[in-house]
Amino acid sequence: MKVLAFAEQRDGKFRKSSFEAVQAAKKLSADLGAEFVALVLGSGVEAIAPQLGNFGAGRVVLVDEPLLAEYSSTASAKVIAEVAKKEGADIIVMAASQMGKEISPRVAVKLNAGLASDCTALKVEGGSVIATRPVYAGKALIDVKVTSPAKVFTLRPNVFTASATNGAATVEKASIALTPDDRSAVVKEVKVASGRPDVTEADIIVSGGRGMKGPENWHLVESLADVLGAAVGASRAVVDAGWRPHDEQVGQTGKTVAPTMYVACAISGAVQHLAGMSSSKCIVAINKDKDAPIFQVADYGIAGDVFEILPELTNELKKVLGK
Amino acid sequence: MKIVVCVNHVPDTETKIKVSADNASIDRAGVNFMLSPYDEVAVEEGLRVKEKFGGDVTVISLGSDAHKETLRKALAMGVDKAILLKDDSVRDSFGVAKGLADELKALSPDLILCGKQSIDYDDAQVGTLVAEMLGIPSVAVVVKLTIDGVKVMCDREIEGGHETVETKLPCVVQAQRGLNEPRYPSLKGIMAAKTKPIQEKPAVAAERLVETVAMRKPPAKSAGKIVGTDKTAVPELVRLLHEEAKVI
Repeated sequence: MKVLAFAEQRDGKFRKSSFEAVQAAKKLSADLGAEFVALVLGSGVEAIAPQLGNFGAGRVVLVDEPLLAEYSSTASAKVIAEVAKKEGADIIVMAASQMGKEISPRVAVKLNAGLASDCTALKVEGGSVIATRPVYAGKALIDVKVTSPAKVFTLRPNVFTASATNGAATVEKASIALTPDDRSAVVKEVKVASGRPDVTEADIIVSGGRGMKGPENWHLVESLADVLGAAVGASRAVVDAGWRPHDEQVGQTGKTVAPTMYVACAISGAVQHLAGMSSSKCIVAINKDKDAPIFQVADYGIAGDVFEILPELTNELKKVLGK
Repeated sequence: MKIVVCVNHVPDTETKIKVSADNASIDRAGVNFMLSPYDEVAVEEGLRVKEKFGGDVTVISLGSDAHKETLRKALAMGVDKAILLKDDSVRDSFGVAKGLADELKALSPDLILCGKQSIDYDDAQVGTLVAEMLGIPSVAVVVKLTIDGVKVMCDREIEGGHETVETKLPCVVQAQRGLNEPRYPSLKGIMAAKTKPIQEKPAVAAERLVETVAMRKPPAKSAGKIVGTDKTAVPELVRLLHEEAKVI
């Protein structure tokens, strides 16, 4: 048995979720008594491959090709599946990032493998892998077993730990023949939005709801987010009203998040919103209505007016955090 | 242009999920089902592409007779044809994709649309699985679609931004909210949908590759402390976050 972890990089930088996937896959291989290899692909990324040694990868396979300079789901999937076959790897692990979600189904089909996506825990029971994954946006959890010989798992970002230790990796170059036709879908341009982190990757999220009364009051949410180095989120009502963009929406038809701290400002807590954020480690709610459902999941709350409390909270945090 | 939209029939977002006695599925009693919201966006996009380039839109769903309600909704929005690939068993995403891919191969559309994920199992797999099974490209989480001849440009969401992907027809485009604002079916559309036929055929068999061993509710969170009711509570809140929760 061999476990292969695909470590995604963009512009020569690994995502934190790549380190999480490598570390979790390494642990899985140890629990299974299996071999382990990590895979990096791209163009001109040789220098970063050894970083994976710090997350438990003793061996790293590097596929460095000019045709991999721009991200292509089709070309990436081909390389991963080919390397898995060459290596004889039967368990493939990667992050359930926007890239991993596009690549993993293709890898699964190429390897005739079942795919358990967006897993939040992996354990070994009686020699087989049991993966836990949230369904219905986190309203329920299921344990699944992949029954095919080859198996693919994607891991939800921000759930598994990535703690760097000092480890050395041997990097081996591999060559996979690619043609321009393999890039039948390819990225032409990348636009990175605000300087704030994305809600799916942030340690702290500050979200606003309809009680913020209008987009003109969002500076209150943003100021608090900036003091905390947090991402900015929004409820569905706010996105539906056109106050905030869709990519900030937290909840069942938006992003499901699990940050260290989630600050809900003037969000009442509809079922579909709670589903998307209630696995956050610490929830803070600020809402005028003390009976709002958000207080049933909040660890700490102030049942008061956001327009009075948010500026005060931002100032107090500036003092405490020395900003 | 021949357009096919794949849709799923799922519990409404307001549903409070209860686990059924088998401990592996949800209790469906009293649950309202609907066209999965991202699939609704895909249906709308299919109609817009047809309005621009001509052609026809077929909607397709794999599942039990209950899925007809969702197919009728799409017909009411204005799609031309509906196909139900009948199967009463619970399939994994691979099985759903295999059934859809088999039918899509026969239909050989120029453009296949679906939602970025179905909001029941949240697998976010079917669209890409179908594309790979058909040997065609796909783009996920699309918020803008531009078609020029066979060239397709898609803006898709990524962490902290967007990327523009170039691909070509035939391909699978997986819709994200924001791609468009789905129309409400008109009364005329609703009436017409009642008489439009839904073509039924058995879904091709597929083995299960992922088995659900158990389902449970996540551990319930208990309500915490209300620190106060006005701004005088702020210093205490900050102290608790710092010293007790240790999150700042």
